[in-house]
Amino acid sequence: MLRVEGLSVHYGGIHALKSVSIHVPEEKVVTLVGANGAGKSTLLRAVSGLVPVSGGKIRYAGRDILGIPSHRIAREGIAMSPEGRRVFVNLSVYENLLMGAYCRDDRKEIDRDIEWIFETFPRLLERRDQPAATLSGGEQQMLALGRALMSRPRLLLLDEPSLGLAPLLIREVFRVITKIHQEGTTILLIEQNAMAALHVADYGYVLETGEIVLEGTGKDLLCDERVKKAYLGET
Amino acid sequence: MELTFFLQQMINGVALGSLYGLIAIGYTMVYGIIRLINFAHGDVMMMGCYFAYFGILMFSMPWWVSFAVAMVLTAVLGITMDKGAYLPVRNAPRISALITAIGVSFLLENVGLVVFGGRPKGFATPAMFSEVYEVAGLMVPALVVWTPLLTLVILSGVLFIIHRTKTGRAMRCISLDMETTRLMGVDVNRIISVTFAVGSAAAAAGGIMWAMRYPEINPLMGIIPGFKAFVAAVLGGIGNITGAMLGGLLLGVAEILLVALMPELAGYRDAVAFGLLILILLFRPTGLMGTKLPD
Repeated sequence: MLRVEGLSVHYGGIHALKSVSIHVPEEKVVTLVGANGAGKSTLLRAVSGLVPVSGGKIRYAGRDILGIPSHRIAREGIAMSPEGRRVFVNLSVYENLLMGAYCRDDRKEIDRDIEWIFETFPRLLERRDQPAATLSGGEQQMLALGRALMSRPRLLLLDEPSLGLAPLLIREVFRVITKIHQEGTTILLIEQNAMAALHVADYGYVLETGEIVLEGTGKDLLCDERVKKAYLGET
Repeated sequence: MELTFFLQQMINGVALGSLYGLIAIGYTMVYGIIRLINFAHGDVMMMGCYFAYFGILMFSMPWWVSFAVAMVLTAVLGITMDKGAYLPVRNAPRISALITAIGVSFLLENVGLVVFGGRPKGFATPAMFSEVYEVAGLMVPALVVWTPLLTLVILSGVLFIIHRTKTGRAMRCISLDMETTRLMGVDVNRIISVTFAVGSAAAAAGGIMWAMRYPEINPLMGIIPGFKAFVAAVLGGIGNITGAMLGGLLLGVAEILLVALMPELAGYRDAVAFGLLILILLFRPTGLMGTKLPD
């Protein structure tokens, strides 16, 4: 579904991604793990068309999407829940969800999806008409996730969906990720919480200073000595 | 002071103030969405007046058709200005866009001087707006009644667009976080153009009523109302539409009252407006209704 080949990105003088290649097959969950600043977010932002790319290819659903403006990429069915949540703080929870469905015209289906989101995250229903700014970090994360789902994406890019959440909420977020995956959405997930990410992922890549240093199935990576040492906090 | 005298001045102040407010809407909308002070806004208003003038004079349109056409043409001018001048510097430092705006302002003024000529042209005020009613000892020109009414209609329309339509929702999102709005599939440049169109149409309406008030137009007529509307927008809290209207009303009433109560200071009325701007920027830069905007 998504194939990134030899992608290079330069930020100012920094070589943020050095010829990175990854493959996200249809209906799979693929995760990128790596330390802060390894280039994980940059990769997602490049796929969404938010950062200029200096070399390589991005193919999505058989088409080259490199250089296409962000809003058209979104319309092609790629949704992103960005790093730091980035909910629209002055808009109500309900309006944020409507924004997620901006490209859709099927009013009835949109209402049904919003109901589904409220069933999945009952906390959001309680705060339906409040400005998103008044939500807690965890609630904002749910909202960012819900907003991304409102476009009914074929490919969902999740940037640190568990960042700053309490353990109970982290479990909740991963439960939802598993659920939407089972309903047929392809997911590319970035996580610092490598353990949880590799558990839900079919395949994983380890990114270090802009390069893929390791890849394998989620299970293989969980058992890999280097991964254990560097990312799972085991000795 | 007599009550009738005071009331008379108040209605005049409200009429003038709603004009400032109407023009300020465009300033504040554009600033709200892309943080640009569009210094050409007053000149856009001037162009709107000429469109209406030529509609009536050269094409013998009924005045209301001509006014409507002028608003549409001014909206198109606003879009053209955005696409031609501001879009190319969208990602440049903000100061570049500001200087571009000053350039557009000079361009419109001088094109106006060359094409329309510098001599003021009399603006044909429709009979409906030039009557004077006498109500309980007050002399009320029809225009003074119509101006706040039309302003209210346009203000409601703009607020409706911003708070109740999908396009308006996208505008509010862009003003908060342009990048994330793109991720929602919003064609940000299109929404910004719509913003320019709405603001410019409102300015045309304000300009036409301004023209009927005096009643003449010239290519430099947009400068002072443009600056005054800018003061109104800052006074109300730039980026806030209701604030812009409130700022406009306050400024209009303050000006009229100054002239009425202290006629010897009448020559300072513009100075009062700009003095007010300095005070606001010094002591309450967010304006009356403004909140601190994210950068």
